[in-house]
Amino acid sequence: MLSRILKSREIWFSLIIVLCAATLPVYVSGYVLGLLTIAYYFGVFSMAWDLLFGFANEVNFGPSFLIGLGAYTAGILDSLYQPPIFICVLAGVAAAMIGGVVLALPALRVRGPYFGLTTLVAVLMLQNFVVVAANLTGGEIGLTVPDIISVDDKVNYWLALGFMTISGLILYGLSRSPVGLILQASGQDTVQAGALGFNIVKHKLAAFLVSAFFSGLAGALMVFYLGAASVTTFVDVTVGVQVIIGAVLGGRRTILGAVLGAVFLIVAGEALRPLGELATFIVSAVALAVILAFPGGLLGLMRGSRGAS
Amino acid sequence: MSEPLLVVDHMTKRFGGLVAVKDVSFSIRPGEILGLIGPNGSGKSTVMKSILGIHPPDGGSVKVDGTEVAGWAPHKIAQRGVGMVFQHSRPLHRQTVFENILLGLLPDRLTYLIPDAATERRAREIAEKVGLGHVLDRRPGTLPFADLRKMEIAKAIARNPRIVLVDEPFAGLTSRETAAFAQLIREMRDDGRAVLIVDHNVRSVAALVDRIYAMYVGERIAEGSVDDVLRDETVRRVYLGGALTVAARPESSFKDVDTPFLAVDKLDVFYGKAQALEDVSLKVHKGEFVAVVGLNGAGKTTLFNAISGLVPYSGAIKREGTALAGRSAAKVARGGIVQAPEGRDLFTEMSVRENLELGGARLTPEEREERLDWLYGLFPILKTRGKQNAGTLSGGEQQMLTIARALMMKPDMLILDEPTLGLAPVIMEQISKALEKLRQTTPLTVLLGEQNVTFALPHADRVYVLEHGRIVWEGDPSRFEADVGERYL
Repeated sequence: MLSRILKSREIWFSLIIVLCAATLPVYVSGYVLGLLTIAYYFGVFSMAWDLLFGFANEVNFGPSFLIGLGAYTAGILDSLYQPPIFICVLAGVAAAMIGGVVLALPALRVRGPYFGLTTLVAVLMLQNFVVVAANLTGGEIGLTVPDIISVDDKVNYWLALGFMTISGLILYGLSRSPVGLILQASGQDTVQAGALGFNIVKHKLAAFLVSAFFSGLAGALMVFYLGAASVTTFVDVTVGVQVIIGAVLGGRRTILGAVLGAVFLIVAGEALRPLGELATFIVSAVALAVILAFPGGLLGLMRGSRGAS
Repeated sequence: MSEPLLVVDHMTKRFGGLVAVKDVSFSIRPGEILGLIGPNGSGKSTVMKSILGIHPPDGGSVKVDGTEVAGWAPHKIAQRGVGMVFQHSRPLHRQTVFENILLGLLPDRLTYLIPDAATERRAREIAEKVGLGHVLDRRPGTLPFADLRKMEIAKAIARNPRIVLVDEPFAGLTSRETAAFAQLIREMRDDGRAVLIVDHNVRSVAALVDRIYAMYVGERIAEGSVDDVLRDETVRRVYLGGALTVAARPESSFKDVDTPFLAVDKLDVFYGKAQALEDVSLKVHKGEFVAVVGLNGAGKTTLFNAISGLVPYSGAIKREGTALAGRSAAKVARGGIVQAPEGRDLFTEMSVRENLELGGARLTPEEREERLDWLYGLFPILKTRGKQNAGTLSGGEQQMLTIARALMMKPDMLILDEPTLGLAPVIMEQISKALEKLRQTTPLTVLLGEQNVTFALPHADRVYVLEHGRIVWEGDPSRFEADVGERYL
């Protein structure tokens, strides 16, 4: 199975794209680099979400709950005590994972749409908490952190690219591993997976934790790239929706496709910004059209055309 | 003699007020196949699901090799050595057959990330053993139905279970595929596993099982060798209804002998790869009661859905000489061919009366009232339940409401799909009386689908027997028991 992953054309194709992307700082502006840096972090959010939806078949409407926990924990810790950045990031990851367990344990016991609703409520609660505890979190104005990773666009860009690449490799490897197989079986036919001797709650919880780990880590790193945290960038439901659309647009159950979708959403949204409010509408319409016309998403589309030729 | 591997003792399972399984006890030794049989609704599948913990039993005990497992989670029971071959399963469609089988071999651990060569070799061996060696790299979606069933067996034996539960092993298989599948089950026995097969009747499992445990409405009715159970009076009564009283009208007594009211000609229906109906031809005359008898999965519902315009087909379906092909289901129903479906499909949140009024939505208020009165005469209980939500009715009352709602549409022909499904005998009798009244007092044409022969035969003018999607017998109900009765034990 390991050899099959190495033989997979997707992986080599993706690595070539990553290598090309790594050369971008040589010939594009800092503005474009900054945009792509954000897009890469969103790519990780979407990949982490796809592990839950595509494989465990659990619709988590609260990706921004996990992201927000990671981002705000790291940010608040830094603004209060200024420990080394990596300590703040670790704390953010830990908070996201703990929050993930607290959310997933009860949520995995309810069936069907209720899991999704539970996760959605979690986002609203976190959002309210951030607003109410304004002296700690900066409230609606946002939280400015004293430290950032680097002032150099190129360093930030490469860091985000490297982080996304490593996250992608791990998540893709997991999805293709025996554990990924069990997870997919649990998602598709709970009764049969149980009859085969698999503890479904354990496997789904593990998937949730992995998803929380990458969401929290990406959220925390993004805070130290932006130098600030705000509800609209990390916690708001629309952030979650963007993560979800990115994953579905890129192609469900593909992990790697999620990056395509997320980058498309961020870049297209920015490219159309001169159109004002209309930009969001156009990007949403395009996303909707792709999802309806090609349920396999962008990656499915590319695979399909390759298969046909 | 060796100790039994599986011991079920006084098992009881309730769903709300319904006692689905009552005081069921049996045991299976290693290297033995027990057939658990019973008509629909007899609780046999519930027994199997309770053993595996999918529906934990409410009372009694389940011992696996001496360990009490009642109340455990399914995966724990499975890890104790109980495996199940599902009738319907959803394989991993994006993975290959090889990966699907490999799944059965994986340990329940989060740290097992790279499969070792021995496990992969074992998956290939199992595939060879069940005859899937040549399709290892194909996706399940590209396989024929019989191969998908083999893959389910492969997944189950991959865990090397000491006890294997097999749910309706032969449903949807042709006779040749059935033989191959039976051989795989025999091999499980020869490997020293204890095997439980759940099926509808004795005949389909007779050649395979060592013993039979027969159930009816949740309880044991007979137990023993195939011959003992076949001779058992209770079993004969449950499946054949003892001495049948039939009052069939001869086919020549109907006026439309040449162009029958409904003519089905050389009908074929496919669901993906599985052929559900093959070369089915039948006719129903105006005013005639025709029964289509067949076991679960024989194709009755498919046939009715084809007539109602709900599934695509090839061949011809004609009403009074005019082809129905291309008409929407709504148009067929408005034209007077109305189905009372197997699943009942009532509007459960609406009252009994509202359900009936919806059925008669196209009638004038006077006609509707008149029709309601007539139906309340046919099913008096519906009148007293008028304001109650349909979802709160008992199964029998729901069935009556389904029939009554269909009759509100003033149909020329009523299609009744398994009206007795899951009903207690006393309720069946009430429905039976209503049907008889319809036959005596109205010109209604009825096409009845049943696996309950006892229920179907007394009303039928003619009978068709459907088996594996083909009509295998047609004739007068009085000849049924002598000609094909044995198949329904």
